[in-house]
Amino acid sequence: MAKVLMKGNEAIGEAAIRAGCKNYFAYPITPQSEVAEYLAKRLPEEGGVFLQGESEVAVGYMIFGAAGAGERVMTTSSSPGISLMSEALSYIAAAQCPAVFVNIMRGGPGLGGILPSQGDYFQATKGGGHGDYHLLVLAPDGVQEAVEMTMQAFTLAEKYRNPVMIMGDGLIGQMMEPVEFPDDLKTEPTNKDDWATNGMAHRKSKKRNLVKSLFLDPTALNENNLVLKAKYAQMKKEEVQYELVNADTDYQVLITSYGTMSRVCRTAIDMLKEEGIEVAMLRPKTLFPFPEKAVFDASGKESCKAVISIEMSMGQMVEDVERCVKGRKPVEFYGECGGDIPSPEKIIEIIKALL
Amino acid sequence: MGKAFSKPKALSDTHTHYCPGCTHGIVHRLVAEAIDDLGIQEKTVGIAPVGCAVLAYNYFNCDFQEAAHGRAPAMATGIKRVRPDLMVFTYQGDGDLASIGMGEIIHAANRGEKFTTIFINNAIYGMTGGQMAPTTMPGQRATTAPLGRDTAQTGMPIRMANLLGELVTPGYVTRQAVLKPQQVNKAKKAIKQAFQYQMENRCFSFVEVVSTCPTNWGMTPVDALKWAEDTLLPYYELGDYKVPE
Repeated sequence: MAKVLMKGNEAIGEAAIRAGCKNYFAYPITPQSEVAEYLAKRLPEEGGVFLQGESEVAVGYMIFGAAGAGERVMTTSSSPGISLMSEALSYIAAAQCPAVFVNIMRGGPGLGGILPSQGDYFQATKGGGHGDYHLLVLAPDGVQEAVEMTMQAFTLAEKYRNPVMIMGDGLIGQMMEPVEFPDDLKTEPTNKDDWATNGMAHRKSKKRNLVKSLFLDPTALNENNLVLKAKYAQMKKEEVQYELVNADTDYQVLITSYGTMSRVCRTAIDMLKEEGIEVAMLRPKTLFPFPEKAVFDASGKESCKAVISIEMSMGQMVEDVERCVKGRKPVEFYGECGGDIPSPEKIIEIIKALL
Repeated sequence: MGKAFSKPKALSDTHTHYCPGCTHGIVHRLVAEAIDDLGIQEKTVGIAPVGCAVLAYNYFNCDFQEAAHGRAPAMATGIKRVRPDLMVFTYQGDGDLASIGMGEIIHAANRGEKFTTIFINNAIYGMTGGQMAPTTMPGQRATTAPLGRDTAQTGMPIRMANLLGELVTPGYVTRQAVLKPQQVNKAKKAIKQAFQYQMENRCFSFVEVVSTCPTNWGMTPVDALKWAEDTLLPYYELGDYKVPE
């Protein structure tokens, strides 16, 4: 298929349709309202469901209901909206339903700002809502990857019966890039008769299905948590995605960075190379599961003097990086999160200070 | 001679956890009878609330989802929108629906979502142990209103059927009671009517049922019925607040 020029937010909406998702519920919030505007027009053309909910709280449960009934469903929001949906995320994870949530991050905390940020790393990877659960978190670095990850997200959500979150930011949502929609990422929805509330008449067994998260018996609750834990362990084994940049050199510094920030780092690495300074980058594409072994291995290279996590936050992913480097190299951090994205020149200055 | 009386198919054989004299059992039965009468058990999805009826999925014999506190109407919206062929109902108490879930119920009703809500109004929080609800009567004692509800601080009780009846969107909104056999018969008709409107894809349907909570009211079941009749019914007037044209 030929490439088309599309805004990130619109491309995410189109990718959901191409992936076979015909159901979308959302509440407007900058900088991602274009997804809703795009799908308000496109979904009726596809015979799908578009509904603007009364709040992100309600939207979270519209997603839960639709997912529990066995249909592919997605919502998109931005940081403060994701906070409001976090209650539902906890319930959906506990009740083991597949759903796709997109967070086009903006600056926080509080009302913060509407410019790009990566301040929701903790929220996405460490919980956000209450209880022991994880989201499978994908972090695209541009519009093309946002499309591909949106399409993959439905398959992953159904494989694990767990919510998947795509972590973009205001820049990925707002910028236009040429994209193509790969046909091979479209998958048929899985059979959900074993668990979804899609009506007893629909099932051969005539056994009723319950979608729930209440386990008053302590043994039963512990068992449900063990089932979830086993899924997260399987994700760690099977779903880790990352990219290594300039890692076949004798690099002196290893950058860890994801999303929009990683693109600036990539430019800085090219500019440093011209000066004869080799720097590598490990870019996690899955934030959960985190590429633990890859970070450990890449930091172990003899030439590597230091690891630095560069983020549009005040220091969040760096905690996972430190955990994985296991103390064998110094781990530094640089970040800004007011909405101004650090320039390649700034990154170069920071890197040189480490040498 | 045929069987004159039997348990509805849409109810399971499980013993309920409801207290002696609680009217949840009656309303569960009425809902199950409506489901049986209309032959919709195999395409019905119920939504359990948070509150005394959280375990309703153990008592009804159909697909069920369990919502967070107050969110059942949003969940029902999600199910009904993506699977309009399913029959969807929420079963909610007054803390769930009229307090924490006020936003969800008003907007679902106002969008004219094609599902049915059964709303149990017993003027108190049951499961958490007798705290004041938005429906608690002036002067009525609750664990969080030990001297009785002070309306100067907490306002007057919310009349949900009246409130939803005011919405311009067409719908079926009625208030019933289950304090006397005649009322039970009327409530049964209303609940069946509510499901029928849904089957016809006509409108949102809402049946408020004035109920009792002897345990948290600190009364015997018989005294509770009398107190509800004398105190609740004059304020929560029975009848239809909206019918679709």
